[in-house]
Amino acid sequence: MDLQESELLFINEAEELLEVMESCLLEVESEEAAIEEHIDAIFRAAHTIKGSAGLFGFDSIVAFTHSVESVLDKVRAASLGFDNELTDLMLECQQHMAQMIKALSDPKVLTDNEKGTRLLEQLDHYIHPDKSSAAAPEPVVEEAPTDPKFWRIQIDYGEDVFRDGMDPCSQLRFLENLGRLHQVRVAARFPETEFDPESCYLTLQLALESDATKTEIEGVFEFIQESSEVSIGSPKAMLDNILAYPEESDRIGEVLVNTGVVTERELQQALHTQKQSLQENKPTDTLGSMLVQKGVVDESMVDAALTKQKGQDHRKPADFQFLKVDARKLDQLIGLIGELVTSGATNELLISQVQNEKLDESFSQMVHLVEQIRDGALGLRMVQIGESFGRLKRIVRDVAKELDKDIQLDILGAETELDKSMVEKLSDPLMHIVRNAIDHGIEPQDIRLYKGKPAKGYLKLNAYHEAGAVVIEIVDDGAGLNAEKVRAKAVEKGLITAEQSLGKEDIYKLIFEPGFSTASAVTNLSGRGVGMDVVKRNIDELRGQISIESELDVGTTFRIRLPLTLAIIDGFEVSVGESHLVIPVNLIQECISFDASQMTKDRNYLNVRDEVLPFVKIREVLAIGGTRAEREHVVIVQFGNNRAGLVVDHLRGELQAVIKPLNEMFRSIRGIGGSTILGSGDIGFILDVPKLIELATHQESRRTHLTSVTSSKGEL
Amino acid sequence: MTDQHTKQQYLTFVLRDEQYGICIDSAKEIIEYGNITSIPLMPDFVKGVLNLRGEVVPVIDLSLRFGKSATKVHNRTCIVILEVPFEHQQVVIGILVDAVSEVLEIDSSQIESPPSFGARIRTEFIQGVANIEGEFVILLHGERVLSITEMASLIENVLEQ
Repeated sequence: MDLQESELLFINEAEELLEVMESCLLEVESEEAAIEEHIDAIFRAAHTIKGSAGLFGFDSIVAFTHSVESVLDKVRAASLGFDNELTDLMLECQQHMAQMIKALSDPKVLTDNEKGTRLLEQLDHYIHPDKSSAAAPEPVVEEAPTDPKFWRIQIDYGEDVFRDGMDPCSQLRFLENLGRLHQVRVAARFPETEFDPESCYLTLQLALESDATKTEIEGVFEFIQESSEVSIGSPKAMLDNILAYPEESDRIGEVLVNTGVVTERELQQALHTQKQSLQENKPTDTLGSMLVQKGVVDESMVDAALTKQKGQDHRKPADFQFLKVDARKLDQLIGLIGELVTSGATNELLISQVQNEKLDESFSQMVHLVEQIRDGALGLRMVQIGESFGRLKRIVRDVAKELDKDIQLDILGAETELDKSMVEKLSDPLMHIVRNAIDHGIEPQDIRLYKGKPAKGYLKLNAYHEAGAVVIEIVDDGAGLNAEKVRAKAVEKGLITAEQSLGKEDIYKLIFEPGFSTASAVTNLSGRGVGMDVVKRNIDELRGQISIESELDVGTTFRIRLPLTLAIIDGFEVSVGESHLVIPVNLIQECISFDASQMTKDRNYLNVRDEVLPFVKIREVLAIGGTRAEREHVVIVQFGNNRAGLVVDHLRGELQAVIKPLNEMFRSIRGIGGSTILGSGDIGFILDVPKLIELATHQESRRTHLTSVTSSKGEL
Repeated sequence: MTDQHTKQQYLTFVLRDEQYGICIDSAKEIIEYGNITSIPLMPDFVKGVLNLRGEVVPVIDLSLRFGKSATKVHNRTCIVILEVPFEHQQVVIGILVDAVSEVLEIDSSQIESPPSFGARIRTEFIQGVANIEGEFVILLHGERVLSITEMASLIENVLEQ
C-alpha cells in the first residue's frame, strides 16, 4: 500500500495522540491523576484524530472516533462520571483506534470489526443513557436577560466625523438591528476656544443587549475607527465563557480573543502600544491591565483568563513543543559529523608535524567546537526512555488483568536519555522480560500470601546512567529463578551436559538460549520458548549486555547495560603488533607499565598496589602476530563490578572514534565491537571489553579443560 | 533455451591462470592492492578490511573462497570492489584478483550453462561459461560467491573452534 507523505504524517500524528490518550487514561486509572486534569488532553486527542481522519476520508475512523468523542464530551461537561468501567472502555477504544490507524499502513493488520461494533454499542449506552427509563428530561435553562449581559459601549467621536460623511444616528440604528439599546447617553465635549459647527464634539455611552459577537459590534464602527475612540466593554456574563474555555493555550490574549471577550483588533492595538512603550523604554503594563484600562474588558475576566493560563502550565502534556524532523536528515547530519571528526583527526596529525603555535591554538579551538557539535548532534537523537516505559505500563496492566494478578508498577528514571534507534530496538526485549516477570516471576496471590509476601506483586522499572552506559533494570519480587530447575531443564534440552559445572550466573544465562523455556504450561503470553533468546539477540545487536540476579522466593533482577550511543565514542588508542585498537575511555581507570615481576606465580594476575588484578594479553586472545614490545603496558578497565588489565604494546592516546559497524559477515566476532578510521587513515578496531574478557575466560577454561584431559590421558 | 539475443557487459579478470567474469553492474571500481588491515581471529579467506574513502570495506581472497591456495600478491594484484545484495541493502565487498583483464560484451548466445564438473569450483558459483575466441571465461554468480550469510557461517565455524 503506497501512502502519500501527508497520510504518513497523519498516521504518525495519530499514533502520538493515541499514546498521549493512553498514558493519560492509565494515569487516571492508577489514580495518579484526576480525570479533570486529563480529560481535555484525552478529548483533544480523539477530536484531532477525528478531524484529520476526516480530511483523508478515513470514514470508519471518523465514525468510531466520533462516538468516543461524544462520550468524552459528556465527561468534560461533567454530565457523565468517569468510573473504572468507562476507563476500561476508553482504553479498549483507544486500542481499537490504534489498530485501525495501524491497518492503514500495514495491510497485515486487520481491523476487528466485531470488536468495533461491540465498542460502539457500549459507547452508545453512554451517549444515550437507557431510553426506556429516560426519566429526567434535559433541563431547559432559560437565560433571563440581566444587567451583566449588557455591552457597554463608549464612543468619543473625532472632530472630523461629520466632515467624513459619517452619521452617529445611522450607527445607532445599525446597533438596534443587532439587539436592543437599553440606554443612550449623549455628552458633548465643547472646546473652550473656538467652536466649529462642522466639527463633531459628541460622546455616546450605550448599553446594548445583543447576542452578536464583539467583532460584529465592532464592525458597526469600522469606518470611524481611524478618527474616533471606540471602546466596547464586554458583558460581565462573558466571564463564564472564559471559565468554560476548554482549549489550552499559553497566551492570555489568545484566550481572550477566542472566547470573544476581546477582538483581534483590540488585542493587536494593545500589543502595539505595549511594544511601543517597550521600544521607548517606558514602563509597560501587562497586556491584561492595559485592556482593563481601555475599558475593553473587566478585571475579573483578565483574572479568570490568567488562572486559565496558569492552570495550563502543569496540565500541558510535555510533548507538544517538539519539532518534527525526518530521521534520515538527522542520520545524514550525524554521518557528516562523523566524517568531520575523522578529517579533524587527520588534520591534527598533520598540524602536529608543522609545529606552529598559532595554528595549534586555533585548531584546538576548532576541535573543541567540533566536539560540542558532535555532542549536540548526537543529543538530537536522544530521547527519554519514559516513552518505552509508558508502553510497558499498558502491558503490565493488560497482562496482570489477564492473569488475575494484582501488580504495583514503579517507574524510576523515566527521564534517562538514550539513542532513539536503541529505544526502538529495546521495546521488544523489555516487553518480553516484563511479561515473563509477571507470568513466571510474580506468583499468584494465594501462593504469595502463603509465602508471607504482600498479596500485591511488585515490579520496578529503573533506568540510570552509569559510566558512559545506560542501565535498565527490571526488578520483580516474584519467585526468583530456580538454578537447579534451570540446570535440569538445560541438560534435558541438551544445552549443557550433566557434568558441566557452571556458576549461578552462567546457569541463569541459559534461559537466553534458543528453545529454552521452563514454564510447563504454555500460556497465551509467554512460555513458548521464544522470547528470551530474542531478548539476548536484540541486546547483543545494540552492543549491550544483560545479566540476571535472582534469589529464590525473593525476586529477580534483569539488568541491561547499553552504550550511550551507537555513533561516536571517546576512545583511547593502543596498539598490539600491527593492529590498532580502541578502548572506550569511560571504561579506563588507569594505565601502568607491565612488569612481569608483579605477576603472581605465572598466573594471569597482577599485583597492583596490593590488589589482585586479573589481566588479559590481547596479543594472545586475539591471536595477533608480531613480537612483544620491549615495554608492554597494562590498561586497567572497569565495567560494572569487573576490573581487569589489558596488556598491550603501545599506548597511543585519546581520540574520538566514529564507529563503523563491521560487515554483517563478521557478526560472530567476539571482543571487537566495530571499526573506526584513525587520523592516519588506518583502520582501528574498537574493543568490546566485556565480550573480550568473556572470550579470554572462555579460551582459558578450554585450555585448562584440554590440559586436564591430556594430563588424565597421560596418566593412563 | 534463449532465442533472444541479449548482450551483457562483464568485467573479466585473472585468478590463478583462469579467466573469470562478473556482471559489470555489480562492479563499482578497481583499486590497487594495498593498505589492508587484517582482522584478528579471522579465517584466511578474509583478507582484512580497507579504508575506501571513509568506508570500511572487507576484502575476500577469492582463490581461498574457491578452495584453492592463497593469492600471492604481486605488482598486478588488484582489488575489485563489488556490490552484493544482502537483506534489501547493497553491501560493499572487495575481492582480491591476480589481474583485471577487460570489459567484455557477451551475447547470451555465447554463454553456455555451467558444466556439472570440471570447473574445479562449486557449480552454484557459476552463472555460465562463455566461449570467447576459443578461450573459456567462467562467469561468476556474484551473489552466491559472496553470499554474506554463507561467509558469516564459515567465520562462525572458525571462531567457535
